[in-house]
Amino acid sequence: MRKLLAIFALSAPAFPAHAMFSGGAVPQRFGWLAFAVFAAIISLTMYVTWLAARRVRSTQQFYAAGRSVTGLQNGWAIAGDYLSAASFLGIAGLISLYGYDGFMYSVGWLVAYVTVLLLIAEPCRNIGKYTLGDILAFRNDPRSARLVAALSTVTVSVFYLTAQMVGGGVLVKTLIGIPYEVSVIVVGVLMLAYVVFGGMVATTWVQIIKAVLLVTASLLLVAFTWAPHGFSLPGLLGDVTADPKVQAQVAKLLGDAATTMTPEQLGQRFLEPGLFLKNPVDQVSLGLALVLGTAGMPHILMRFFTVPNAQQARVSVLWAMAIIGGFYLLTLVIGNSAAINVGAATIAGMDKGGNMAAPLLAQFAGGGAESLLGNLFLAFVAAVAFATIVAVVAGLVLASASAMSHDIWVGVVKGEHATQQEEVRAARVSAVIVGAVAIGIGIASRDQNVAHLVALAFAVAASGNFPAVLLTLYWKRCNTGGIVLGMIAGAVSAIALVLVSPNMSYPLLETAKAQQVIDSAPATIARLEATAAADAAAAAKLPSARAALDANVKAAEATVQKFAGQTSSLVGLEKPLIELKNPGLYSIPVGFLCVLLGSLFWKDPRAEEMWEELYVRQNTGIHAEAASEH
Amino acid sequence: MNWQAIDADPRFQRLHREKSRFLWSLMAVSIVYYLMLPLGAAWFPELFRTRVWGPVNVGLVFALSEFVMAWGVAFVYARHAGRRFDAMAAELVRDAAAIGAAS
Repeated sequence: MRKLLAIFALSAPAFPAHAMFSGGAVPQRFGWLAFAVFAAIISLTMYVTWLAARRVRSTQQFYAAGRSVTGLQNGWAIAGDYLSAASFLGIAGLISLYGYDGFMYSVGWLVAYVTVLLLIAEPCRNIGKYTLGDILAFRNDPRSARLVAALSTVTVSVFYLTAQMVGGGVLVKTLIGIPYEVSVIVVGVLMLAYVVFGGMVATTWVQIIKAVLLVTASLLLVAFTWAPHGFSLPGLLGDVTADPKVQAQVAKLLGDAATTMTPEQLGQRFLEPGLFLKNPVDQVSLGLALVLGTAGMPHILMRFFTVPNAQQARVSVLWAMAIIGGFYLLTLVIGNSAAINVGAATIAGMDKGGNMAAPLLAQFAGGGAESLLGNLFLAFVAAVAFATIVAVVAGLVLASASAMSHDIWVGVVKGEHATQQEEVRAARVSAVIVGAVAIGIGIASRDQNVAHLVALAFAVAASGNFPAVLLTLYWKRCNTGGIVLGMIAGAVSAIALVLVSPNMSYPLLETAKAQQVIDSAPATIARLEATAAADAAAAAKLPSARAALDANVKAAEATVQKFAGQTSSLVGLEKPLIELKNPGLYSIPVGFLCVLLGSLFWKDPRAEEMWEELYVRQNTGIHAEAASEH
Repeated sequence: MNWQAIDADPRFQRLHREKSRFLWSLMAVSIVYYLMLPLGAAWFPELFRTRVWGPVNVGLVFALSEFVMAWGVAFVYARHAGRRFDAMAAELVRDAAAIGAAS
């Protein structure tokens, strides 16, 4: 096993050949720099995996790192498992493009850990072993509980994974110009190396390394770009509101409403809500999915089995909250600095979602696109983003593989009879299967809009896993019927609601919108030409305005072509049935209600008999799984 | 282990009561306080717009206060759990075998 790994480690950094780094945000002649930084970070994680591979023999090592991770280490690992590229690049980008709303969006991702800390972390550590299935099988019928838990784990992880793989592929392509497929394969193969050879030990250390790199990169960005404002919040925001680029962006977002506003009002508007998030009910729906769903995320639950006891599980959430919260505060500064120093037009020009805000700010902070330091800094941020994707994906694949091997293969198929070696081998095989599926889905989903899959993963976790885990832990009458019905109904309702929501594409609506762009183009050109004739400043902008319009029309024509002959969405609808993009508001109550009804409808004497044992053990930690001997 | 006996033990019942009250009230406070942010932004835009410190407005202060709330709840819980719940649980763990044998 180790020899194989050594061969792999030697060949891996050589695989993304030097020449592939071209055509991204890093200028081609600085491609070697990006290559060097990437190689350094990949080599470090490979070295850690090599060290870990020597330790990973038993199931406890493979699934739970021997339960010998400290609270502080686990706090960093949770942050590394949780902060995806969407957090690092996405939220900084949202703030740089939409100001206040981007920051408001980040809050729920931290508050989510209050639920984890108060209700989930310690009880789960006390009664659980390796997986979500272990928690649910404690007092319920083990086979049914494990089967439904494993199905849910794989579903949630695959949704989340797909968003990470596709988002990551696009990101790496935009940053350093590696072809999409190559980047998906590299992410997949690296992640598999960590999980297969090093199990939870390597995954934990890769996540710690990634979190430390992420915080370091953010601190450097903040130090460089906040210093000119004297590290003062009003100082920085005052410059934001006075910046013409920011004012122009707000004017663009507001459209006609902006014509009566002074530049000063436009700038201040950037710091007020409503530029991005328009529907408060949708936000409450998303907020609930985040705040309850994080506590039902299998890859997060799994992290609590790596510490020696419930107290250390508590300490790890405290550290995770300090790191994650601090990180989002840094993001507030990064987003606003990018809005002034790079500008919304440049950021959105490279990537509509704003993902390039932090990398471009790094390039600026180091001295600009022509400087060595600027490109070194950009390459560093790009490598951190890459490490981020790999670490998150590794956590997800490990969670799915554990559910497949521990819950389905050993728990259901083999009736709990398997040796440690057999089970670890099964887990490795499962990881390879999940990894191959992830790479396949990643390549197949190219050019698909998968951003909403992250929100869907949280909604499924909040509607299925969370009610089942919470009521198993805290409600005496909860039983097998309840968790099976609740988890299936919660997950299915969340997915079904998204299938009929505005997240799907509706050919008639898309075509109509695109047709409108095409139809209005001549009038817009006429208006532009008229203003240009009267005003020299407008005349100077005419060519770029025409080019932008041409691009819009081309995109619209492509849309019309793409949907030609189609009239209905994936599930046969002409227009969405509901207005909400986030299903949590409906699907979470459905999940809770079905656990309740299922428990009352079906009788399960074992669940009730086991209640005292479960409740005493989750509160005291008696007979909790202990750490392995070193 | 006689789990029924431990569950019925007055000390365990006290731990259960105190912990439940403490956890669920903290949980309710945090969810309500969190949801006040998007709802406040939608329903009280004038209030959120009011400037309090240079360009810094009530909305920004409120969003920042969410971080203070989350960290505050975590701190209060960790301190209380460390001082009270852990000691109560430790006592039960120590006497667990005896409680079962006596009944």
